[in-house]
Amino acid sequence: MSHRVTVNPITCEAHGMCAELLPERITLDEWGYPLVDDRPLHGSEVEHAMRAARACPTFALLLQRERTPRAGRVRARSG
Amino acid sequence: MSAVLASAGPSVYWYLTRSTGAVALLLLTLALALGVLDVRRWSSPRWPRFVVDSLHRSVSLLSLAFLVAHILTSVLDSFAPIGLLDAFIPFAGSYRPFWLGLGAVAFDLILAVIVTSLLRQRMGYGAWRAVHWLTYASWPIALLHGFGTGSDVKSGWLLVLSVACAAIVAAAVVTRVVAGWPQNLGRRSVALGSTGAFSLFLALWLPSGPLGHEWARRSGTPTALLPHSTSVKSKR
Amino acid sequence: MSTPETTMTELHPRAGGARLDGPPALPRLLAGIRADGASTHAEHLELHGPLALGGGARRRQVREDAARLLDEVERSGLTGRGGASFPTATKMRAVAGARGRAIVVANGAEGEPASLKDRTLMETLPHLVLDGGLVAAEAVGADELIVCACESAGASVEAVELAIGERSRELSGSGSAPKVTLVSVPSHYVAGQETALLHYLGGGPAKPTFTPPLPFEQGLRRRPTLVNNAETLAHLALIARHGANWFRQLGTASQPGSTLVTLSGPVAHPGVYEIENGSSLTSLIEASGGATARVRAVLLGGYAGAWIGGELLQALALSQEHLAPHGATLGAGIILLLSEAACPVAETARVARWMADQSAHQCGPCIHGLDALAITVEQMASGSAEANAAQRADRLASLTARRGACAHPDGAVNLILSSLEVFAPEFADHARHGACEACARPPELPLPLRPVDAPGVR
Repeated sequence: MSHRVTVNPITCEAHGMCAELLPERITLDEWGYPLVDDRPLHGSEVEHAMRAARACPTFALLLQRERTPRAGRVRARSG
Repeated sequence: MSAVLASAGPSVYWYLTRSTGAVALLLLTLALALGVLDVRRWSSPRWPRFVVDSLHRSVSLLSLAFLVAHILTSVLDSFAPIGLLDAFIPFAGSYRPFWLGLGAVAFDLILAVIVTSLLRQRMGYGAWRAVHWLTYASWPIALLHGFGTGSDVKSGWLLVLSVACAAIVAAAVVTRVVAGWPQNLGRRSVALGSTGAFSLFLALWLPSGPLGHEWARRSGTPTALLPHSTSVKSKR
Repeated sequence: MSTPETTMTELHPRAGGARLDGPPALPRLLAGIRADGASTHAEHLELHGPLALGGGARRRQVREDAARLLDEVERSGLTGRGGASFPTATKMRAVAGARGRAIVVANGAEGEPASLKDRTLMETLPHLVLDGGLVAAEAVGADELIVCACESAGASVEAVELAIGERSRELSGSGSAPKVTLVSVPSHYVAGQETALLHYLGGGPAKPTFTPPLPFEQGLRRRPTLVNNAETLAHLALIARHGANWFRQLGTASQPGSTLVTLSGPVAHPGVYEIENGSSLTSLIEASGGATARVRAVLLGGYAGAWIGGELLQALALSQEHLAPHGATLGAGIILLLSEAACPVAETARVARWMADQSAHQCGPCIHGLDALAITVEQMASGSAEANAAQRADRLASLTARRGACAHPDGAVNLILSSLEVFAPEFADHARHGACEACARPPELPLPLRPVDAPGVR
């Protein structure tokens, strides 16, 4: 099972907490919006990602759990 | 429950009620100020955004803890006939019903804000935000409750603390309103107007109200609890 | 402004009373099109024959009919005509297999200014679209068909309304027929995007929503929703009658059949044409009466598409496999010719600004990125750009594309980068000398005349 981080760009309001809490995967562009490296997360990154998702004021940061190998449903939850 | 004149001196609960109440007011003030800093996205190199945000959340929870202590100690204090229900259902008590009731109103509002915030992932963002704005209503109500029920509101430290907190909140509200001016001009004008009006109200009311004569009697303290000599300032 | 007129060209005049037995040649969709209004249901049936929809009472029969339809659509190789060219059968199977009762939405919103094919279809041949919708509904087990027409295309709204009325008895009589309604939708660019359309139908603004979940799984009212372009459904209507083999008699192996295109620019008769997939651009230009000016370049796929320079036009064939090496697709069949006399830099600047305005303004990178790109291109056009403007444009492009909830920023970026590449000499010229004479000419690329045509509040 792999975890990935994605952003809902509609609800994102560029608060920038995600980049502070998960700098390994998230940087901010010149307008303050997150640039996300959405490759699978490893080890302790998952915990930090969860914390970052919980911290997002608008629930824009999503942690996706992919159940492999049964293809198809990707469930996204915030926090 | 028959009132017992604590002629032996104030009980420990009475001190605790006052102190937890004062600390709760201070913490609520800080929580509101931090909330404004949060929504204004303030940060500094040593205070990143997530610190401001989680500090806001932590201080709010801490204020709730002190509120609960404040309520419990006031119930346990045998001097005034305050029951647990009076903390939730306003204006039904027998001790300064109106002013105590304001505390219940404020507490209900704060409870709503905190519970919805703890459960915010299960609510829509819009609904959560709408409830959160109740904080701006809860604060002045809590302050009035403090002025109205506090038995030593005339003592310097509490007055200074209250006025200082009021000033911080007023500044926070102005900071919040000014951001994004003039969008939603109606709402923003109402916010500024009511802040100014409330401050004016306090300035006019305090001297003749809680800071004036016989406030204990005028605010609805049961007669049995009033000091016999009305010319002597109650030290309770 | 050379806004393409809604002229229909009858390539083959309809022989009175002749019924088509699925002729291999063109026209197919546009057969029997009238210049003076919509075909009635009777005329439609006379031309194409009856549509044998299952109407089976028993569930097993219904399932078998649906399975047969899906197989036929799959064998036909039909791909979506709304721009993405997604295999229609795959989409339909996904909806059919999802949990819940399906809904079919016929997408005739057509927010691209340079596209007229969908409104043309609905205005003159509404029964083709309705037939297709009913076929789709049967194939995916839907109990509702919602036809969406652009509210600014009043004639097509009326025509579909009348057509639904003509068939109300037939529809209410059959127990298994879906409920058919017409909804007119806003005309701005992103309103026709799949999730935006469903958002609007569900009572919200016509702005895209975040996916997952995708509409095939949870679309309108959380039910699996099949959104098909109006033209795709029209093809479906004929495939259901004449079969997959018939459909594949035209076109290429990977892109069978025919396609409606909207041709605009310096030709004698701009408008909607039906072409065989894989046919040449020059044959289309000939069919339209020939070019009235020298063609500098062609923009394929509309304002999310790409340019192909003049020297390549002679040998250009109109199908995915021929266009892909040039970095272009047909998209929703939009073919915009640009004359030699026009200034491609000025045109690009105008379109870039319009695309920035057409953003739904929901996602930061789209809002800021498209605006910054438009400013950069405008500065390049007026000669006031900085020396490294091209690099800045590249950087902005990578910051903007694929960071929104929909493909709108991707499309705008695609167009701008294509312009910078194909018209590099012209851009370099503007960098040195500023605006050229041709900049002041009336625009050739059609943009809505209305000053405020951006997605507003519903």
